[in-house]
Amino acid sequence: MTVQELQNVARQVRRDIIVMTNKAGAGHPGGSLSATEALVALYFDVMKGVDPKDDKNPNRDRFVLSKGHAAPGLYGTLCERGFFGREEFDHFRQLHGILQGHPDVKKCPGVDASTGSLGQGISIAVGMALGAKHTGNPCHVYTMIGDGESDEGMVWEASMAAAHYKLDNLTVILDHNGMQIDGTNDQVMSLGDVYAKFAAFGYDIIEVKDGNDMQQVLDALHAPACPGKPRLILLQTLKGKGVSFMEGQVGWHGKAPNAEQTAQALKELEG
Amino acid sequence: MSKINLVPTGEKEAVRVAYGKALVELGRENDKVVVLDADLAAATMTNGFKKEFPERFYDCGIAEANMVDMAAGMSTMGLIPFCSTFAVFAGRSYDQIRNGVCYPKFNVKFGFSHAGITLGEDGGSHQAIEDLALMRVLPGMTVFAPSDANECRQCVKAAAEINGPVFIRTARLPSPVYEARPFTVGKGDVLKEGKDCVIFTCGIMLEHCAEAVQILEEKGVDAALVSFHTIKPFDSELALEWTQKTGHVFTVEEHSVIGGLGDAVADAICGKGCFTFKKIGINDEFGQSGKPADLLKEYGLTGAQIAEKILKSL
Repeated sequence: MTVQELQNVARQVRRDIIVMTNKAGAGHPGGSLSATEALVALYFDVMKGVDPKDDKNPNRDRFVLSKGHAAPGLYGTLCERGFFGREEFDHFRQLHGILQGHPDVKKCPGVDASTGSLGQGISIAVGMALGAKHTGNPCHVYTMIGDGESDEGMVWEASMAAAHYKLDNLTVILDHNGMQIDGTNDQVMSLGDVYAKFAAFGYDIIEVKDGNDMQQVLDALHAPACPGKPRLILLQTLKGKGVSFMEGQVGWHGKAPNAEQTAQALKELEG
Repeated sequence: MSKINLVPTGEKEAVRVAYGKALVELGRENDKVVVLDADLAAATMTNGFKKEFPERFYDCGIAEANMVDMAAGMSTMGLIPFCSTFAVFAGRSYDQIRNGVCYPKFNVKFGFSHAGITLGEDGGSHQAIEDLALMRVLPGMTVFAPSDANECRQCVKAAAEINGPVFIRTARLPSPVYEARPFTVGKGDVLKEGKDCVIFTCGIMLEHCAEAVQILEEKGVDAALVSFHTIKPFDSELALEWTQKTGHVFTVEEHSVIGGLGDAVADAICGKGCFTFKKIGINDEFGQSGKPADLLKEYGLTGAQIAEKILKSL
């Protein structure tokens, strides 16, 4: 796919995010919209062995959405990639739906781990990467964490283990949109020099100045691994990206757009 | 009166030691088995496995929560991880056991040792009296509380064959080893028939319950004794059968009277008749430092004290 085509998919995923959160009357659009380019790049270009017809292929690359509340972004991406039909959006967050409020490995095709309890996904991804090395599985493991999520001590426990076990088959993507539920990172719990902190934990870091620029995201995800070190991609992103009234607004972390707002958002996201 | 169907081998071995040995045996049979520990291999007794299979042993440092989710991830690569630490850290890693392992039904095993007050001198901060309650409530979790070394070996072997999460509670204190008895997951073990009352127990309290049964016999009370190595799925049928046969029910465990074996029995018999029912265990309080024998006495769990409580209730 060309970069332009990937950008078109990202725009469609953003529309999916708006549609499904509107239908459900709930969900997390802000952090889904900031993560969209990375999710689309992973599933449409970067990850090997992604196949909706064989989603249990043991050698497939894995993805764990550690910031599990960005489920609408993941669901939109999986849907566009062909794992299920758009009709599932009608049942997002509904009884018997495969699209649970947070990703569920038992219910949703294409999901590799159940997440939502913050801090856990990165640790599970570390275990997957370690298990892959142990069994000689050539797959690469990707996980996406949030900056608010990085308040959790577990993120750092997992990072310590990733470096200790020299997991160069692991890529941690930090969606650094600068905001969490109750305010900006600095208002809630300062992350300080986030680059220096993750570097000190032993990651090989690539910083992406605009994590919502498809080409920049692709370049980072395709950069060759650094032998013996886990990779961290520090994506500087914009919360609510693509919808003018959501951009940079803390209030859209976990709120669904109403009918009028949905119409406006979809208009802004027309091709 | 019938005899207790328990044949002491004369040996004493801590259940945690048996856990360590069983892991080595399992490691020889199944190369998918890997062991994770949180800097406690010398205490949880996984150091035997570490020595024989260094490439299948992963130290996770003093980070129990991360250990549990790493095991979750490793299980998705077809491995069978056994996580080992102290039972008291079931609380510390509970969200990970719940959401990282049980919710997705990943194939992870937990061999958590030093459970109960017989941990001894390290004190109440380290004496798990709530682990069975925490584990029982998790959907899909199998919960074992082996009563001796032989039963622990059987639990470890069974755990590897179960596809899903399994918790094995083990004790630090050396306790009598009995000749191995037939073992079926989810089935209780009738060790003595009796007509006057029944004692249900689990874990290493078996030794003290056997003593209580002897004392009761001397006082003319014919007590039945049933041991449960599996707390979940629970052998409710057997519990109800002996409840109905005797009418007087006593549960004995080295755990809080809330949420453990006693409540598993209560769930099994509640609404099925009118019975004497008393839970003997840790009465909603924490433990403290002391010698294991002194602690058992302090908390009313010696054979003589168990017998006395039963006599008072009959």
